[in-house]
Amino acid sequence: MVLNSSLARAGWRRARKVLTSRAVTALTVPHGVDRYLGLINPLWSVNEVRAVVTDVAHHTPSTVTLTLRPNGNWRGAQAGQHVRLRVDVDGVLRTRCFSVACSAHRADGLIEITAKVNPAGTVSGHLKRTARPGLVVGLSQAEGNFVLPAAVPEHVLLISGGSGVTPVMSILRTLVDRRHTGRITFLHYTAGPGDVVYRDELAATHPGVTVVYPRQHGRFSREQLLRFVPDYAEALSYCCGPPSLMDAVTSLWRAEGIGDRLRVERFTTQGLVPQAGDAVGEVRFTRSGVSARGDGRTLLDQAEAAGLRPDFGCRMGVCHTCTSVKSSGSVRNVLTGTITAEPGEQIQLCVTAPCGDVELDI
Amino acid sequence: MATRARIPQLTPEQFDELGRELDALRRELADDLGEQDAAYIRRILALQQRFEFAGRALLWAGWFPPAWLAGTAALSISKILDNMEVGHNVMHGQYDWMGDPALNSKMFEWDTVCPSEQWRHTHNYVHHTYTNILGKDRDIGYGLLRMVDNQRWRPYYLGNPVYAFVLMIAFEWGVMLHDLEFDRILSGRRKWSDTKALRRRMWEKGGKQALKDYVLFPLLSGPGAIATLTGNAVANLVRNLWAFSIIFCGHFPDGVADFTEEECEDETRGHWYYRQMLGSANIDGGKLFHIIAGNLSFQIEHHLFPDIPARRYQQIAPRVREISERYGLTYTTGPLGRQVGKVWRKIFRLALPPRHRSPFGTARRGRPLSGVRRVAA
Repeated sequence: MVLNSSLARAGWRRARKVLTSRAVTALTVPHGVDRYLGLINPLWSVNEVRAVVTDVAHHTPSTVTLTLRPNGNWRGAQAGQHVRLRVDVDGVLRTRCFSVACSAHRADGLIEITAKVNPAGTVSGHLKRTARPGLVVGLSQAEGNFVLPAAVPEHVLLISGGSGVTPVMSILRTLVDRRHTGRITFLHYTAGPGDVVYRDELAATHPGVTVVYPRQHGRFSREQLLRFVPDYAEALSYCCGPPSLMDAVTSLWRAEGIGDRLRVERFTTQGLVPQAGDAVGEVRFTRSGVSARGDGRTLLDQAEAAGLRPDFGCRMGVCHTCTSVKSSGSVRNVLTGTITAEPGEQIQLCVTAPCGDVELDI
Repeated sequence: MATRARIPQLTPEQFDELGRELDALRRELADDLGEQDAAYIRRILALQQRFEFAGRALLWAGWFPPAWLAGTAALSISKILDNMEVGHNVMHGQYDWMGDPALNSKMFEWDTVCPSEQWRHTHNYVHHTYTNILGKDRDIGYGLLRMVDNQRWRPYYLGNPVYAFVLMIAFEWGVMLHDLEFDRILSGRRKWSDTKALRRRMWEKGGKQALKDYVLFPLLSGPGAIATLTGNAVANLVRNLWAFSIIFCGHFPDGVADFTEEECEDETRGHWYYRQMLGSANIDGGKLFHIIAGNLSFQIEHHLFPDIPARRYQQIAPRVREISERYGLTYTTGPLGRQVGKVWRKIFRLALPPRHRSPFGTARRGRPLSGVRRVAA
């Protein structure tokens, strides 16, 4: 299997060399070769990572676990990293981050992600309802620094809460696959036993692995930690979970001067959309490194007031010359009154006003 | 100006009401966009790709006459779909909401020699913002032709039909050169050296397109190179004739109004809509015709809502027509043959100075602007 897939990889590298050659590029002007490859197989692309869903599992009522087979452009993930996954939801391509939950040493080259259904969200619910084997999604390469060091110390402490289990699970699985000889302590905070995605797998015993569900003993605290992991200060620790848990863990580690022995992974979920007309918050122009207080005017006016010179044309929402990418935050179209909060969406600066904090890629 | 008074003048309240009514229609459309529109444009895109693939494959065997004919036809359709229903509409931002890089207004590049970013400037900004304002909308005659009575006649315009014919044959190249503003360079209002960056991009894009259609694909055909070359050239020509005809019918048939800069100073949204309605003309036809025309046959609806997916124009056309009739504004439309005839008659008529009694139509002076109806009492 491994041999087959490495042969396939070498074949793909050769094919890609031909497909990205000057001759093929010149023949496929102006649309590029991907457009034609996609006609044959939606997974094929010379640069983009795309993946097909091979398995869909519903371990808990509020999560969905997808197994994906990425195309030859995937360069693999280290334990604890995440990917940006792009999926078509009712005609709109939406991108969200998901931690890779599987071991970095998975032999079949597949990857696994688990999405927690966010009641206010669009993508997780869509995946839970509609994802079936055969669905093709877009992926980024793996990203993030929530990873294992080259030399793993004897004791690794993993702390997670809720859906924060996924990157931590990847680290645990990777260490087990590597036959890590030291100890691994896994503290997982959860609302109830039915809510643990990987409960069955965690119940299986591995030498050196201790799994604790401390929630029945109350919230995270130093006392609780001392009770289950008295030597936590010596361990290399990983934490991922809800903000309250992460804040508590981070401040404890900092207070004790062992912040350098803690790695954290923060998930961001879509916040509530502020009411129209909220002229509070900050507009950050990330490419120029400039920020301004939101003052209720359109983003084009505010960018110009901040000294930026974005392209513009009609200034009335007709020509799309000023269309830019809004990386995050909620905005209101002043012509239609529609409020949107989709990360990475295209907006017309001249007819869009911020609602709260907004990040613009200009 | 004799004709000017004939355009129905709305009261400020009517302009505001018209603006509100059309804004509401726009909102209704924008709120309804979704899966169907996405599926439609993806279907058109897939269709275009298949035509392109079939066209190239058939022209590879172009030495066999039926293959040449079918291949040339398929490639012509591919280029027409790519430029009009896909390219023009995508670059208007009609599908930006889909978040798909392949259908994004700023990332799309089309199968024609004009660089997309230059076209977006001349078309989306200059033409769609200043539609039919003489002196501002450079699509009135493209700096080459006399297309409205109010353009001052010069002896140069005696060649109007010849220029129009050459532009039609070489339309993609004309569209490419449009952003250079040759007329302004000749009259000294623009320096040649200011166009260096534009020219470099034209050279790049035009070169790549020509290399593909006139060198590489013919070479791939080996001994059949000439057949492939002629097939590609004819496909480009067919697209040129079609695009020229559809586009010229959008603003130049009789009945379409033009405006002065003074009339449009401090323009309200209602007046902008009013100008778009009076300054555009539709073409009647069946469903297939509208797709092949990129729905530019609904030019009036397109000019009201240029960034709403074009497949929606057909759906709202009866309502737009009702609104324009209610305000006493002409809704110009007609079948393709008649509209093309009107356009060419005008091209010939305007070649001659205004006082000349033209054999192609009645003298212009004092004639009411035929397309404008009085407000119903």
